[in-house]
Parts: sequence; C-alpha cells; structure tokens
Amino acid sequence: MELRKSYFADVRQNGLNEIGQPRPRLDSPGHVTGKTAYFADRNFPGMLHLKMVRSPHHHARIRSIDTSEAEKHPGVVKVLTAKDVPHNVYTILILIQIGPEDETVLADGKVRWKGEAVVAVLAETERAAQEAAAKVKVDYEVLPAVFDMEEALKPGAPLVNEYHGQNYYLYDSGECRKVRFGDVEAGFGQADHILEQSYQSSPIEHAPTETTGCVVAPEGNDRFTCYTNTQAMFFTLDNASIILQMPGSKLHFVGGTVGGGFGGKVDVIVEPIAILGAKLTGRPVCFIYSREEEMQISSPRAAEKVVIKDGVMMDGRIVARKVTGYTDAGAYSRHSPYGAQKGAAHYPGPYTIPNVWIDTYCVYTNRTPSSAMRGFGVTIGDFALEVQMDKLARLIGMDPLEFRFVNAYRDGDMKAHRQPTEGAALIECMQEASRAANWPVAEKYMAMSSYTKGA
Amino acid sequence: MAKVPVQFTLNGSEKAEFVDSGTTLLHALRDKIGDTSPKGGCHQGTCGACSVIIDGELRLSCLTLAETCNGADIRTTSGLAEAGVLHPLQRAFLDAFATQCGFCTPGMIMAAKVLLDHTANPSREEVVEALSGNICRCTGYEPIIQAVLTAARANSQNAA
Repeated sequence: MELRKSYFADVRQNGLNEIGQPRPRLDSPGHVTGKTAYFADRNFPGMLHLKMVRSPHHHARIRSIDTSEAEKHPGVVKVLTAKDVPHNVYTILILIQIGPEDETVLADGKVRWKGEAVVAVLAETERAAQEAAAKVKVDYEVLPAVFDMEEALKPGAPLVNEYHGQNYYLYDSGECRKVRFGDVEAGFGQADHILEQSYQSSPIEHAPTETTGCVVAPEGNDRFTCYTNTQAMFFTLDNASIILQMPGSKLHFVGGTVGGGFGGKVDVIVEPIAILGAKLTGRPVCFIYSREEEMQISSPRAAEKVVIKDGVMMDGRIVARKVTGYTDAGAYSRHSPYGAQKGAAHYPGPYTIPNVWIDTYCVYTNRTPSSAMRGFGVTIGDFALEVQMDKLARLIGMDPLEFRFVNAYRDGDMKAHRQPTEGAALIECMQEASRAANWPVAEKYMAMSSYTKGA
Repeated sequence: MAKVPVQFTLNGSEKAEFVDSGTTLLHALRDKIGDTSPKGGCHQGTCGACSVIIDGELRLSCLTLAETCNGADIRTTSGLAEAGVLHPLQRAFLDAFATQCGFCTPGMIMAAKVLLDHTANPSREEVVEALSGNICRCTGYEPIIQAVLTAARANSQNAA
C-alpha cells in the first residue's frame, strides 16, 4: 500500500537510511538455529523443582495447614509456607509509592481467589513435587465470594481484601480517578440528542507460548543468579529484594529473552519464592508454570465495564461526555490501579469535547488478579468509545468518518485532563485512511488540517 | 526408579542415555542430551514448539516416549545448519522477519522442513496446512508462510 508523502512535507526528512529499509532482527540468528537461550534452557546439576499448592476456593479462611505427609514423600527436600517468607505481604507498585501492600507471596490465614498460592513444595523431580503437593492438607472455612464489580461496590458485599478495607482502590482523589472539565450537565442541557450505552469485556489471557517461570542458581558467595523471562527486570529485582529482605547486591538477574509476554510477565510472582527455595536448600531451583497454570493462574487483562453518556448536536459536535469506568483488579492490586487511572485520561478519546466528566474505579473481586496487557486501561475503552462514535453518527444520520472529522482534536485544543494537544496529525491520518480504504468524505474534510482551526 | 537405555542418532551423531521409564523425548533431548532447540510450551501436544523429525516424519517430542526412539534417526533445528551455513528455511525465516519472540521458531522450521522434504513446490494452502499444528502467539503467521514459500522457491531454483 503506497501512502502519500505530501503531509508535513516541510518537516519530513528524505535522507533517512533506516526508515523504510528492511533490517534483520539482532536476535533472529539465534532463533532460527535454536541457539537462543531462554530461561528454561538453563539446567544445573541437583536442580530442584518447585510446585505450588493452590487454593481450590474463591474466598476462604485457612484454619490449618498440615505439611507432614508431603515432607515425608520420597524426593521432597523442602516445604515452604507463609512463615518462611521474610516479607510476605507486598505489592509491586510500592516501588513508585502506590500502596498499600495487599498481596501475600504464600497465603497467610486467608485465600482471596481460586488458584492462590498457599504452600510451595521443592523436590528432586517435577513428579515428586507434584505428588507431594497433593499430600498437603489445608483446612478451609469457605467464605462468601463476590465476582461482579457492581455487586462488590454495594454496601454489605463480602470484603475481598482487608489491606484496602473496602472493595475499591482509594486514590488520593477518593474512591475513583476523576476528570472534571467544563460543565457536563450544561452540555447535556444544550444537546440535540443524548445517548447512554454500557460496554463490558471479559478477562483475556495472554497465553504466551513460553510459560512464566525462572531458574535460580545459588552462587558460592551468598549471591543468587536468577534466570527469568520477566518483562520487568528491575521491578522484579527490587521487589524480590523487599520480599526476601536481601540487598539487591545479592541478586543477579539474567533475562531479556522472553518467549512471548504481551504484558503477562510483568508481575513479580515466581522469582522471590524460587530464590527463597534456593537460599533455604542451597540448591538450584526451577519454577515453571504448567500450561494450565499459565491459563488459570497468571494475571489476565482486567475485565472492564464502561458506561458512556454523550450529548451530541445535529451538526455532529459532541458537546458533553460522561464516562464511568470499572476495572476488575481481581483480589489484589498488581498493576490495575494504574490501568484504571490510564482510562481516566483516555476516555475522552482523540476528540475535542468541551464538557467532560470521568470517574474510573479500580474494583476488588474474588477473581484472578488482573494486571498488564497491551494497552491495558485503554484498549477496552477504545473499543467502547469507537462503537459509541458509530452509534452517535447513526443517531444523527451522519457518515461515521465525517463525524470523527468534526470532533477530532487538533493542535492547540485543550484536552479534558488539561494537556494541550500538539503534533496530533489525526486529521491527516483520517484523510489518508479515507483514500486508502476508498471511503470518501466531503471535500471540506479533505481540506482540513491538524495545524489550523476551521474546516 | 529403574532406568532404561535409549540409543538413537541425533542430527547425525550417535547418542546413548539412561532415562527413567516414561521420560518424554523432549525431556531426554533437553535435560539429558543438552539439545534445547525443541521447546516445551504446553507438554500436552497442542502448541507444536517441541516438534522434531523422527525417521523423516514430523513428531511432537513432548508426546513421544524416549524409550520408543531406539535406533531412530532424529533431527532438530539445532542440527539444520551445515558447517555454519544456514539451511534455506533458516535463511528465509531470517530474511522474511518470520521470528518475533522466537519460541515457536524451531518447531515451525521442523514442520516446514518435513513439508518441503515431501512437497518441493507447495501451494500457500499446503504451507498453511503443514504449519497448522504450530502456534505462534506473536501472531506472525503471514511472514512465516511467506518464508516457507520463499525457501521452497530457493530450493527448486538450486535443484534446477
């Protein structure tokens, strides 16, 4: 597909050597010869295998844990419970002062989602670890659970996470992230039409071909080398340092080669417990998620609900937009408070709307903790917004692409979260898309520019 | 646990090992023999990352017991280049940007090799069918299909 080069011709550089030229990836020679070393390609003599005992309940109090039979199982070297973890309650974003610490490395007294790690078993073989894990006896008192965000926000709903004290993340702005711009009710008052719609999505699993995991080797000098497929090397190192109460200088992380991540490998889940196992046994430790664990245990993209109310004029201008967004964090924060916050800035879309009101909630439920995935906090929002835009265009009988030209932000426009628009180029992208997709729009839209106002 | 002897040819070299009965060929190759080019993505025969060639046929090494491979001729992606010169399939994957994370690549190349060994000039549909047991989660299927078609053309030009 040949794209026009007439846009921004005054700032376009034609002497570029790399742009537009094919370049081989630097890691491809290793990939095609099978030489690329993924973490699981490291094998050490005497390496132990770690398997987790996981909660079969969505929400339960732990009355007692009996590991005696598991410890007697042939091949078992060590069984770990919450009391073995130096700093058991953590949260990954504490590194950027987003607390409180709300998640346990190994469950202590309570489980809050089905699949939560309770006991770690280290054994000579994967099979022995698996068999011994099945012999751990956990006595649970099952508690009422909540799976729906709106149910979770109602008074009297089961409390998911005591570290928060309520079923939503408490921002410095209160129970939700808020954007207030103009007077949204006045905007609705002047609108020719008002359209309120609700959109929702399910959790989505990244399903990388290489499952989450790490291999840890104790070095002779009290240091530990951790081979990992984390996507967040220094986040993982620093959080491991906190959880293990071990200076970062004792931890050597080797990574950078990830067999598919898509955001699914940014949580700090396998490394601290594997390093602890290596420390307490003096042996190398391998902790790799099975395919089932990857699908059921690893954080998915959050389920979201987005309620959008728009006021629109017959000439195509959106004059007011009110959005309430809900992000299902599951039982623990991980990256979801940040995802919900991103949504707050994003929901006006790439459109200039004079009156905007946005609330986004990060809600706790007894579901699998969600976290990062490709554009988390905005991707589902974009789906909702653009479906809404098509519906609005249909409502006033306007071509959906022309409707977007009318509302597209242009350089100099003030966005609802008080960032002035610069370098937008949205008008020009839509003009080229109109040509490339053979979806013609009226000449006045083809004459528009991102630089100047007026059509 | 009683060990069983296994002996086979891997990329032209004789290999012999003692393994636990029930050990998969994938584990034997990776953990005992040290050929880590076959990857374990699912260990249940659905992703194709562990694909190897046994006596000329495409096999899932995660579902193949090592002890059934006695006397077999086993080929993996790590043995495909000869004297440092890449096989046309490897060359084509490199040139066509057909790798992203690379985890599925060794299995993809094995599946493609078996196709080209049997069908010198496959159609696009035949390539798609041959790769249908191999999952690329980076969604790079189109460049992979193009790489296999390119390699097939390179092969037939060399043969002509």
